[in-house]
Parts: sequence; structure tokens; C-alpha cells
Amino acid sequence: MKDIIKNINKLFDHRIRLGIMSALMVNDTLDFNTLKELLDVTDGNLASHIKALEKSDYIKIRKSFIGKKTNTKYNATHLGTLEFKKHLTALERIINNKL
Amino acid sequence: MSEKDYLKDISEIKDIMNRSTRFISLSGLSGILAGTYALIGAYIAYMLLGDANYNFDYSTEILKTNYTTLSSLKNSLIGVALIVAFLSVISAYFLTKQKAKKNNENIWTPASRQLISSFAIPMITGGVFIFLLIQKGIYGIAAPAALIFYGLALINASKYTLSQVRFLGVLEILLGLLALVFFGNGLLFWILGFGILHIIYGALMYFKMERN
Repeated sequence: MKDIIKNINKLFDHRIRLGIMSALMVNDTLDFNTLKELLDVTDGNLASHIKALEKSDYIKIRKSFIGKKTNTKYNATHLGTLEFKKHLTALERIINNKL
Repeated sequence: MSEKDYLKDISEIKDIMNRSTRFISLSGLSGILAGTYALIGAYIAYMLLGDANYNFDYSTEILKTNYTTLSSLKNSLIGVALIVAFLSVISAYFLTKQKAKKNNENIWTPASRQLISSFAIPMITGGVFIFLLIQKGIYGIAAPAALIFYGLALINASKYTLSQVRFLGVLEILLGLLALVFFGNGLLFWILGFGILHIIYGALMYFKMERN
């Protein structure tokens, strides 16, 4: 049991960070506003969770310009994808063990 | 965290993955309306063709009346088809917008953009293809081609919306191919594919998901 818990990623133990990663697993890139709508969170809240994921190199930020406006897009890194899969497997195991 | 929370996490992951890749607010009602427009359009086309047949000499297979009648018939039929398509798109837009509002879903999302472009590419290709056929005087395969391209567009778009759309697409392609087998019954297959199938599909979707 301890083994399984070890694979639970603390960083994903939060609704918004889990949501950001889930969305980026199935979309190549997403911009800030789309994530905001999808997860129904405030700007500041989303920004801080994005920062946390970026700091761990789980997601990458790409800035570009549309005219004069900045357009910020996010995508999951290879590491982020791997960690997320590990986390999912751990969740699955815990549930299967207890049911 | 308890196991109940882990279960909740899993369902949340699934929900977000679905919502971020599929636009599910397509209205079933708009399918019913599109089918109805297609039936009315087919009726008008039938009347127009009936008038033309009256002037058609089967022994020589030549229209007794002059060339302008044929060309104006052609234009009226294209006009009817375009009006049906236009009304269907407009109804679909407004009903979908309304449903999205009710579902608290934004109408302009990456998923809906993908949905539109994956539908539009086969559809516009088909439209141009049929237009060019008609320009070259090949009318017989216009209706089968319209059904086949429409079916391909639906299958292509179904990845980004309700998965049942894929099934509708398969049926449209089958009807398109059958329309070629039973060549010369284009209008009948048009009625089945664009009229009846849309009404049945729209009604099923409506009663399944929107009635409440």
C-alpha cells in the first residue's frame, strides 16, 4: 500500500492542477482563457497553479503575439505526461484495492 | 485523501478531457428542422421537375422547350438546395447557441472550432465537386455525391462532438452509395438522407438528452 501512495503525485492532489493537466493531456495546446472557462476559476487562481506546474517542468508556456496582444499557450511536457500517467495508475490501483 | 476523493478525481479527469475535446451542445431540434426544410425543398424540386418533365420528349430525350428552360431549371434547383442548406445552418446555429447557454457551455471553444473545421473541409470539397459536375452537365451523380460527402463530413466531425453523429454519417454514406446503385432516383434518396434521417436522428437526440 505504501508503494502505491508513493506514486500519488502531491502536485496533482488539487482540483485545479489536476484539471489543467487533464485538459493538456488531450489537447496539444490550450490558451489561458480556454483553461479558465473549462475549469471555472479566477485569473489569479489559475495563474498560481499554472506557475506551480511550470516550476516542476510539467507544463511549458509559449508566448506569441496576435497583433499587439500577447497570446499565451500552454502544453504538457514529456515529463508532465509521464508523471500524470503514473498518477493515474496509482489512483486506479488504490480504487481497485479498496473496492 | 479518502478513496471517495480519488474516485471523484477520476471522474473529474474524465469530465475535463471530454469537455475540452468535444462540443456536446449540438441541438437535436435543429436536426428535426433541417430534415423538415429538406422535405419542403424536395417537394419544391419535385414540382419544378414535374413541370420540366411535361416539356420533355422521351422519344428523343430532348427538352422541347429551349435551352434557357433547362438552364433556369438547373438554377432553381441549385437555389432550392442552397436555401435549404442556409436555413439549416442558421437554425442549427441559433438552437445550438441556446442549448450551449443552458448547458453553461461556451459556443466558441477549441472543440467547437475543431468541430466546424473538420466538418467544413469535406463539406466544402463536396460542394465544389458537385458544382463543377453540374457545370460540366453531369447531373445524375449530384445527389449521391452530396450524401456521400455529407456523410464523410459527419464522420470526420464526430470526433469533436456526440459520438452518435458518426452513426448518422455512416448511414448517409450508405444512402449515397445506394443512390448510385438505384441510379436516377436521386430525389428519393435525397428525401431519405437529408429529410427523414435528420428528423429521426434529431428526434432521438432531442428525446434522449433535451426533453427535461
